[in-house]
Amino acid sequence: MIKKQRRPIEEVNSSSMADIAFLLLVFFLVTTTISMDKGISLVLPSEGNELEVNRKNIVNILINESGKVLLDDRPTKVNAISGIVERKLSRNSNLIFSVQTHPRTKYQDYIRVLDQLKEAKATKISIANPPAF
Amino acid sequence: MLLIFFMVTTVMREYEGLDIIMPRAKMIEKLESKRHTSYVWATKDGLVSVDDRIININDLSGLMYSKIVKDPKITVSLKADEKTTMKLITDIHSQLRTANALKLSYSALTKAP
Repeated sequence: MIKKQRRPIEEVNSSSMADIAFLLLVFFLVTTTISMDKGISLVLPSEGNELEVNRKNIVNILINESGKVLLDDRPTKVNAISGIVERKLSRNSNLIFSVQTHPRTKYQDYIRVLDQLKEAKATKISIANPPAF
Repeated sequence: MLLIFFMVTTVMREYEGLDIIMPRAKMIEKLESKRHTSYVWATKDGLVSVDDRIININDLSGLMYSKIVKDPKITVSLKADEKTTMKLITDIHSQLRTANALKLSYSALTKAP
């Protein structure tokens, strides 16, 4: 007759459990990227909504293809824009800044100018279409 | 607990965009919500990509229009290379205006002080 043998219940070795959990924790810590999308926001005017604006309230900002800026027909350094714009705004808060670019202007130069306008807390920014060449 | 937190919050990147170097700016704002954002990528070679597909610039307005219909609160985040020409950016502007997608955000990195 076969004798029934009582085997002791084997337990899974759980000492490495903590290691595995820790490893997983580190893995997720490293792979998590808290993606933050940031940028300069702007609201485009809707189509066919062109307004006639008093010429006095417009400040023209022209950017040429090499990134040189012409502010109201005066060559201006990009870093100086925010100061000038701030002064202009303190005199007349209704000013609209019309940014006009050359088709070959670099996006970076445009962003720099927009950044300067935002720094001066200019809210009325208009993007003029570049002239067709 | 920590493990579970990170496991839940980790989002594996769904897609990578085109190869661009974003411009840097100081006065940047956070986008309101990721759910109401649509990304438009523009490279310096004039390629435009939406939703992981390279599209013709003239198809942008139609695509954006269908997005706007689905979610009127949508903001377009324009991820453009710093060397992109303004011609392309202006074209994107006019396409977005045609589609009535007027909330735009120029994606930029924080300027190192």
